[in-house]
Amino acid sequence: MATVDDVATGGPPEHRPRRNLTGYWLILPGALWLLLFFVIPFYSLLAASLFDPDGSVLTGYDVTFHVQNFGNAFWDYKEQIGRSLLYAALATATCLVLGYVLAYAIAFKAGRWKNLMLVLVIAPFFTSFLLRTLSWKLILADDGWVVDVAQAIHLTDALQLVNLADGDRLLATPFAVIAGLTYNFLPFMVLPLYASLEKVDVRLIEAAGDLYASPARGFLKVTLPLSMPGVVAGTLLTFIPATGDYVNDQLLGNTNTRMVGASIQSLFTKENDYATAGALSVILMVIIVAAVMVYVRKAGTEELV
Amino acid sequence: MSNAPESTVSAPPRAEAAHDLRLQGLTKEYATFTAVKALDLVVPQGQFFALLGPSGCGKTTTLRMVAGLETPTSGSIHLGDSDITYEKPYKRPVNTVFQNYALFPHLDIAKNVAFGLERRGVKNTKQQVAEMLELVELTSQAHKKPAQMSGGQQQRVALARALINQPEVLLLDEPLGALDLKLRRGMQLELKRIQTEVGLTFVHVTHDQEEAMTMADTIAVMNGGVIEQMGAPTELYENPRTTFVANFLGQSNLIAGDIEGRDGDQVKVRVQGAVASVPADRAHAESGQGWLGIRPEKVLIAETGHPIDAPGDVITGGFVTDVSFVGVSTQYQVRMPWGQELMVFEQNTGARGMLPVGTKVDVSWRPEFAFLLDASQDAMAGIEGD
Ligand SMILES: Nc1ncnc2c1ncn2[C@@H]1O[C@H](COP(=O)(O)OP(=O)(O)OP(=O)(O)O)[C@@H](O)[C@H]1O
Ligand SMILES: [Mg+2]
Repeated sequence: MATVDDVATGGPPEHRPRRNLTGYWLILPGALWLLLFFVIPFYSLLAASLFDPDGSVLTGYDVTFHVQNFGNAFWDYKEQIGRSLLYAALATATCLVLGYVLAYAIAFKAGRWKNLMLVLVIAPFFTSFLLRTLSWKLILADDGWVVDVAQAIHLTDALQLVNLADGDRLLATPFAVIAGLTYNFLPFMVLPLYASLEKVDVRLIEAAGDLYASPARGFLKVTLPLSMPGVVAGTLLTFIPATGDYVNDQLLGNTNTRMVGASIQSLFTKENDYATAGALSVILMVIIVAAVMVYVRKAGTEELV
Repeated sequence: MSNAPESTVSAPPRAEAAHDLRLQGLTKEYATFTAVKALDLVVPQGQFFALLGPSGCGKTTTLRMVAGLETPTSGSIHLGDSDITYEKPYKRPVNTVFQNYALFPHLDIAKNVAFGLERRGVKNTKQQVAEMLELVELTSQAHKKPAQMSGGQQQRVALARALINQPEVLLLDEPLGALDLKLRRGMQLELKRIQTEVGLTFVHVTHDQEEAMTMADTIAVMNGGVIEQMGAPTELYENPRTTFVANFLGQSNLIAGDIEGRDGDQVKVRVQGAVASVPADRAHAESGQGWLGIRPEKVLIAETGHPIDAPGDVITGGFVTDVSFVGVSTQYQVRMPWGQELMVFEQNTGARGMLPVGTKVDVSWRPEFAFLLDASQDAMAGIEGD
């Protein structure tokens, strides 16, 4: 209802500072999604980690705030946790080296083949992850030519020296697990790296050359720093899922290459030890979040454009 | 102004040719297109040299070849006695201020400026960087990132980043192109001052003829991959050799005429019934047809029947079709009996009022200001706004 005041102001309609709620409405679908698929499962996971360890499928489980679950789980599975972090780190490092070279080549050297090469990078996604990993089993099999070659060039010897293989084989070794992780997560490294490198203005690289930087120096001082957002994104996208991966280790490894993902899976599905499985999941999550925070701070993303 | 002898290289011969930049037969061909054709030029050490030409004429390509960012198809580049045609860019004593600045976005201003020195292993750059930032008046901005600066400031950073290396030749590729007019004028003076102060050889690329004329010791006018003419600004303006230069550098009236031949140190030209003369050293055609050229401000105008101030060659029977008053001068369009419109710029001395449209007028010019060009060229070549 118009008041006397409204009429009195006259002229152009007064602009009232009104809360704009559109932004909040736009958040809603995402927030619901998160609630449904993150908060609720996380809550049930957290609850499971606090179950009474004496519970079973038959007798049921109670949340007894049995905090010792965490200590026990960590103690019992510290080897698997350490191994997961190590394998994931090695696979991430390998992915970074291979992926950087590949992304660099696609961004700067591929010319008209650029799109084709990008399609090839994601082409593996067209077949099942499981099938592809299984086929590595065939490739690395003891009677395959890959092993013959690896033996001939003393790769197997070298791998034994650094404890990544035992005996003259490739399959069922830590090497195979790391190679599998590297293979499976490489596209997650290449794509963000490519996106970053693609944005690097070649004129900046030319300017570095004009200012007495040899191609190698120019790369270190200009291209690499400018591609850091891609390096950070790529390593996170590789390291995080690789740490929790449970497929590569089961298909390509042996009982001594167990990663924590596989342990959690078997605790949940085979041994029905929900308490330990839940605790282990929470521990893994905390470790990853802490590692990522340290890493992102170290990589100094705020320094970057 | 000296009237240079008939040679393509304008620079007077000097004793020390120690660090002159010499381009010989420099050519750059792309797959289907020749961007630079057999370019010959010498930039004497310590000169402010302007490369002037319309968009796409090959200016950037030429600079990139000098900087080593593009490999010439043929020809050579010498700096003093050393042949740098195929030298790696990072080994050349040449720096560039790029058309788009190309500042490193991840480094602050001080680090951008120090970049070249550090790559050459200079240890303590602080002092030099501070001096350089002072020169370009950016001392207080040393720790900003390029993205936090205005266009004009970025331009000065780009300049400082190149200058600090004291290169033998500094290449500037339209560094003022992105600036507004006022800032542009300011930076022109600044650049000229810095160049005089540090005494380096500047090769400045621009397509702004006014900029080239105010700043350069020598201008080379480039068109379609070749140099049309090279010389001091006054020389190019007063005595253009081609219709392109006559139109691109300022404006010109070009009147078709028949060359009657040489008479002493004058060349006689029959234009539309009248006979005009041109000094022999300003005649770039000797026989047949020719374009008689005269700058608009050199044309005198008077109402028919009134005396002309300092008459030279007179043509009668024109009438004014357009008048525009631009403060310091009045610009007339005069339609001549043969249908051509001539431009006449008259200084507003106040000696006489403006001539209204329709006034019958006579025009005249001093023969020593006229020039004569070969008629085989397009009279419209180099007219701006195309
Ligand atoms: N890589 C290339 N391949 C084919 N043609 C090219 C290439 N680079 C430049 N050219 C052509 O060469 C010609 C000269 O280009 P250049 O960049 O030297 O022009 P410019 O005089 O600097 O022009 P502007 O004033 O617009 O900067 C242009 O016609 C351009 O189309
Ligand atoms: Mg250019």
